[in-house]
Amino acid sequence: MSLLRTASHRLPRRVSVWQCRPYSAGPPTPSARLNLPIDYKATPLLHHTPSSLSMSPELPQNSTSKRLNLYQAINSALRTALSASDQVILFGEDVAFGGVFRCSVDLQTEFGSERVFNTPLTEQGIVGFAIGAAAQGLKPVAEIQFADYIFPAFDQIVNEAAKFRYREGSTGSNAGGLVIRTPCGAVGHGALYHSQSPESLFAHVPGVRVVIPRSPTQAKGLLLSAIFECNDPVIFMEPKILYRAAVEHVPNESYTIPLSKAEVLKPGKDLTIISYGQPLYHCSAAIAAAEKAMNGVEIELIDLRTIYPWDRQTVLNSVRKTGRAIVVHESMVNYGVGSEVAATIQDGAFLRLEAPVKRVAGWSTHTGLSYERFILPDVARIYDAIKQTLEY
Amino acid sequence: MEQFDLSEARFRPVSELIETPIWVFSVANQGVQSSVRFPGAVDSKFTTEMSFSRPSNMPAMPTYRVMDSDGTIVDEKHAPTDVSDEEVLTWYKNMLTVNIMDLIMFEAQRQGRLSFYMVSAGEEGIAVGSATALSPDDVVFAQYREAGVLQQRGFTLQEFMSQLFSNKNDAGRGRNMPVHYGKAYPKQYTISSPLATQIPQATGAAYALKLQHLQNPNNPPSIVACYFGEGAASEGDFHAALNMAATRSCPVVFICRNNGYAISTPTLEQYRGDGIASRGIGYGIDTIRVDGNDIFAVREATKEARRMALADGGRPILIEAMSYRVSHHSTSDDSFAYRARVEVEDWKRRDNPIIRLRKWLENKGLWNEDLERDTRDEIRRTVLKEFSAAEREKKPPLREAFTDVYEELTEEAQEQMKELKRILETYPEEYDLREFEDGIKGL
Repeated sequence: MSLLRTASHRLPRRVSVWQCRPYSAGPPTPSARLNLPIDYKATPLLHHTPSSLSMSPELPQNSTSKRLNLYQAINSALRTALSASDQVILFGEDVAFGGVFRCSVDLQTEFGSERVFNTPLTEQGIVGFAIGAAAQGLKPVAEIQFADYIFPAFDQIVNEAAKFRYREGSTGSNAGGLVIRTPCGAVGHGALYHSQSPESLFAHVPGVRVVIPRSPTQAKGLLLSAIFECNDPVIFMEPKILYRAAVEHVPNESYTIPLSKAEVLKPGKDLTIISYGQPLYHCSAAIAAAEKAMNGVEIELIDLRTIYPWDRQTVLNSVRKTGRAIVVHESMVNYGVGSEVAATIQDGAFLRLEAPVKRVAGWSTHTGLSYERFILPDVARIYDAIKQTLEY
Repeated sequence: MEQFDLSEARFRPVSELIETPIWVFSVANQGVQSSVRFPGAVDSKFTTEMSFSRPSNMPAMPTYRVMDSDGTIVDEKHAPTDVSDEEVLTWYKNMLTVNIMDLIMFEAQRQGRLSFYMVSAGEEGIAVGSATALSPDDVVFAQYREAGVLQQRGFTLQEFMSQLFSNKNDAGRGRNMPVHYGKAYPKQYTISSPLATQIPQATGAAYALKLQHLQNPNNPPSIVACYFGEGAASEGDFHAALNMAATRSCPVVFICRNNGYAISTPTLEQYRGDGIASRGIGYGIDTIRVDGNDIFAVREATKEARRMALADGGRPILIEAMSYRVSHHSTSDDSFAYRARVEVEDWKRRDNPIIRLRKWLENKGLWNEDLERDTRDEIRRTVLKEFSAAEREKKPPLREAFTDVYEELTEEAQEQMKELKRILETYPEEYDLREFEDGIKGL
């Protein structure tokens, strides 16, 4: 593990290179009209101008804003949190010099090495340490360098953090101040151990909240919410492919976005697509292509934002209206988030369903380096699912 | 690029509050030198003798003791002069209380009145002795065989019994197996079954205590005492915790109960080094091995460890307390399946923390056969009284099965509670709710 991890430090530095032309994802075929690179500069999912910020009632109105990418927005949220409360501490592997993805850049200089520091290379230690610090009243923000390396801490998360409040009962102790940040998802060449999205493993565990933002604005609001407004342990998974790629206007002031609340990104009447994190951009592109190809079709797009406990009402309301649903995620289809969402839809909107709920997700294999573009959901697969579901 | 960034980070200003050693390295090994400049071992000397360090060539770490098995102080310099005779008597009674409670509860489990139990026989001295050196503001993380720590820190028999019978007065709201005790103040985090998970948590809690004291000197300087057995020390969490405690200079005292067995596994199959103590040195942690059957040695070592842990901005200390697990591992274990009855009988007869302190008390004329008999009878009566009171109490209301998973009940939990209620109402003959507070209304 250590050899690969050392090599992985170089990953972020190449982001700008492979962002446009992913190594294993390959260039688009000359004739492609669906599987084109995501144009983050034009996607409707990002706030390209300050004026669109005011259209979101969840965001602060009349705030000044700045164009930030995802890692800068995380950095801004962490800076805001560290300034707001001296009980916030930030630690993990290589956090002190700014982090291998630059999320903690300059924070040790600003807030001191007692609040922002490196730990030894031990994931179970990092999470165990964070649980103890949270129990004593601190608000630890622990970083696991890649979600792929969170598994050594699985015991501490599942048996300890998640069950802490429950087993303490009336003593009142809890580890609610805890936030675990971790980069997740595919990056084009991450292969087996720099690509994983283990959210469904944690969504099976009552007691922790699992959150995945899709954009810089959302990342800042959700992260501040996880740190200050949520008194439960939160696993905050950051799609690392968006660290540099997704750039948008982010309000400068401090604000929070509620957890366990989905967001309807685009209204529609014929079909509901439910997704979260980076695949939302693929969904958006597929929807644009489908609506263009199929006259009059309107597709609703929902960003789950919190994977667990999740906003079932928003999803059910939408599917009761549209009668058709597709769930899209990067992680494997077997026992994935899509299974829970599809089962809930089947249970809560059975009489309204006009087609089977479709799951577009990673195949049940590992993210082999050379095969990434064939394994993960892309625009063509989502487009095809839209077509099949509408024509069912 | 990475190397440059990392080394540059080392020159950044660091806080004056916490001294983190900052090593500055130049090019390694220029010219002729006697000591190395490799960043990984700055104090190492070069040698031309090719020699492997062999653990078998190193002497085993000595075991600190204050009194011998006859209750006689070995070196008067270390006689317990900092404590009154009355106080020592309370320690003795606390050890006795745990011991008598153990006998009664073990038997109760055998009669099926309790689902599970674990006794502390042979290790009462480690628990009570170390707890005498803690302040009420100190925080305890324990494994499960440390009832004496709670007893010494004011846990009542009613609290013990409520937890053991998981009745409505149980702080854990009837959710945990027996002996998984917890208390809000003096803080003892609720025991959890997964071994060693509490060790890195203790490290993080100690760091919090240190930071909060620095930020607000009105917070009393406090330590975390973290207990675990020698078997648990084989878990990865032990390694993670000691390393993190050393690198972050956390005021935590690790207290290892080395009782010779982890369930059926003898220490020879647990490790091949010099016990747990020898590893403390490897992590850069000040370490002592003590005689766990000698309550004075345990107390003195813990007291000094606490002082050292708080000195100079904080640091971890490791105490390995040697003892012998006289009892079965738990009520689910018959230890004669893997060790000879004669070995256990021998230990019971030869050495025991309670008998040793009793001899010391008798030598000083503070104790005698009559006092012993009367005190035992009195403790036994009190335990049995609390036992039957706790056994008669109702279980907590059924809603507690769902609360405290999150701070607030989720919508999903509310729906599931409703569904359970519907099932209970539809099939009342299938479920007995009489022992639960408020019956169906408790949901």
